[in-house]
Amino acid sequence: MPLRAKVATSVSKTAAALSRAAGRGDGSVIGGWIGLKIDPDLLGHLAAGRAIALVSGTNGKTTTTRLAAAALGVLGPVATNSFGANMPTGHTSALAKAGATPFAVLEVDEHYLARVIDETNPRVVALLNLSRDQLDRAKEVAMMAQMWRSALAGHPDVSVVANADDPMVVWAARGSSHITWFSAGQRWHDDSFVCPESGHPIERAGGDWWCTGCPLRRPQPQWRVEDEGVVDPRGDWHLVKLQLPGSVNIGNAATALAVAAEFGVRAIEALPRLSTVASIAGRYAQVDRDGRNIRLLLAKNPASWLEAFDMAEQAPTLLSINARDPDGFDTSWLYDVDFSPLHDRPVLITGDRAFDLAVRLEVNGIAFRHVLSFEEAIRSVPPGRLEVIANYTAFQDIRAELDRVN
Amino acid sequence: MSESVLRIVWIYPDLLSTYGDRGNLLILARRAAIRGIPVETYQVRSDQAMPSTADIYLIGGGEDGPQALASQRLISDGGLHRAVNQGAAVLAICAGYQLFGHSFFAKGEKCPGLGLLDLHSDRGETRAVGELRGDIDPRLGLPPLSGFENHGGRTHLGPGVAPLARVTAGIGNDGQTEGAWHGKILGTYSHGPALARNPAIADLLLRWAIGADSLAPVDDTWPDKLRAERLAAAGA
Repeated sequence: MPLRAKVATSVSKTAAALSRAAGRGDGSVIGGWIGLKIDPDLLGHLAAGRAIALVSGTNGKTTTTRLAAAALGVLGPVATNSFGANMPTGHTSALAKAGATPFAVLEVDEHYLARVIDETNPRVVALLNLSRDQLDRAKEVAMMAQMWRSALAGHPDVSVVANADDPMVVWAARGSSHITWFSAGQRWHDDSFVCPESGHPIERAGGDWWCTGCPLRRPQPQWRVEDEGVVDPRGDWHLVKLQLPGSVNIGNAATALAVAAEFGVRAIEALPRLSTVASIAGRYAQVDRDGRNIRLLLAKNPASWLEAFDMAEQAPTLLSINARDPDGFDTSWLYDVDFSPLHDRPVLITGDRAFDLAVRLEVNGIAFRHVLSFEEAIRSVPPGRLEVIANYTAFQDIRAELDRVN
Repeated sequence: MSESVLRIVWIYPDLLSTYGDRGNLLILARRAAIRGIPVETYQVRSDQAMPSTADIYLIGGGEDGPQALASQRLISDGGLHRAVNQGAAVLAICAGYQLFGHSFFAKGEKCPGLGLLDLHSDRGETRAVGELRGDIDPRLGLPPLSGFENHGGRTHLGPGVAPLARVTAGIGNDGQTEGAWHGKILGTYSHGPALARNPAIADLLLRWAIGADSLAPVDDTWPDKLRAERLAAAGA
């Protein structure tokens, strides 16, 4: 490593430690930011010599990254940005902090995928899905698919692990020469009714889909979810035992196994490691407080709200919505979520944008109570389970009240 | 379909529903039901014929490709033109608002619109993103418009339409005017579930559709709180 990169790495680590010591955050962004100021090529220098997998998409990338890192752990130490800091500053911090590791699994914000592929020269890129997410500043879904497609076209040596169930992902990945398809389901169809290739409608039946105007159609997946397990490319079924809730996480596990297989890890070796993952930067974490067992679920866009309802038990539920910079300033997506699964349980609402949520729930016919703080929410429910579903900064606010639970 | 039922059509949700546009259908149906008005709602997809006998038509926002496709299909179908000529009420939003005009730009190309509003749209130099607020044409007798806008287009009004509002915060059509009004057609850049923040516009559409001067009041405690918060956040 060049001297400049060495200095940058050292300063980067110190800044991260100071940030954590000051209680200002995980230190996962500030360290990388300072390091990149000193050496703009630092990410490339830190990536050199490691076998790297990148994980990108709108939903499930933090969890899939964590699971893939656990699976790759079979082979040796793995660097990963496990705090969800998924832009180049976060990648730089994660690699600097980990020191020299033979492997790295990095979650990448979908907007930065092209740049991070260029800088880190990954062996594998996993593409999970593309759906609407923070549209007030994010690129439209079709434009994002085009960006991915161009990025991969410039790196024909990269192995792509891609979701066969999402037409936008299939179209983006199609040009690559090494593709492994997985099927993890697509709960959210509303952003892929129109073929990105031909502009014709996309038809769906069962789990299959095809364009009515061109040859684009669902490829046969090598990895797929079946019951509570995963079928590998040889046709062998493996039971997947996770501490993480919900069928969506079985799909994330299938993706992680497919990524690990690209490095030569067998499913049977990886599975015991997947079952050790209990929570991810507070997501799915359970905390006992004042006789309440509080479980934290992050839901940042319509697709992940549907998943959260699927995971939540029938228990009092607190919903918290903010619309700060990391969340996007637009709350229109609330009407893309059907809240009716909550009709049979007590619902509390809070957060900066509780009034948007109140109007939405009223239209949805869901009774609710507005509370002004997390403390008030805890006091308002009987002892037992309290499910908390919150979007990004609202989740971080509540996590902070629970001593930054991991 | 009996004559006493209020029929609401949501146009092409498969193409134009990028930003929670479903909310407007849900809100109209709910506010009609509270008044004891029987309602039927129809989601008409782009591969279905557009009925011409409904009372209210809703059309929402979308990306460039679907917007051009929707305009093409609505022109060749003709059902929406017949409905408007028969006096149907319309709420057209964002991409849906643009395609009600004579022309708009999608994917860098000028596309023909429905020509049902005397206006045309082109691309602005910057994208208009953020809180939108405006004073609605006093002849409509409505409180200020509150919305969130997110569009790259600029819209130029002809003499055949009036601006829906004068902008007091945000961009709207061009920084001065926002949206358009002609007969029983309303167009706006207040995107997605615009009626959530503007229940008075929902009630205006309902009054137009059933030919009533007024409607029984509804408990708008939460929409009023939301409006007050967002109007204050928009400043001006």
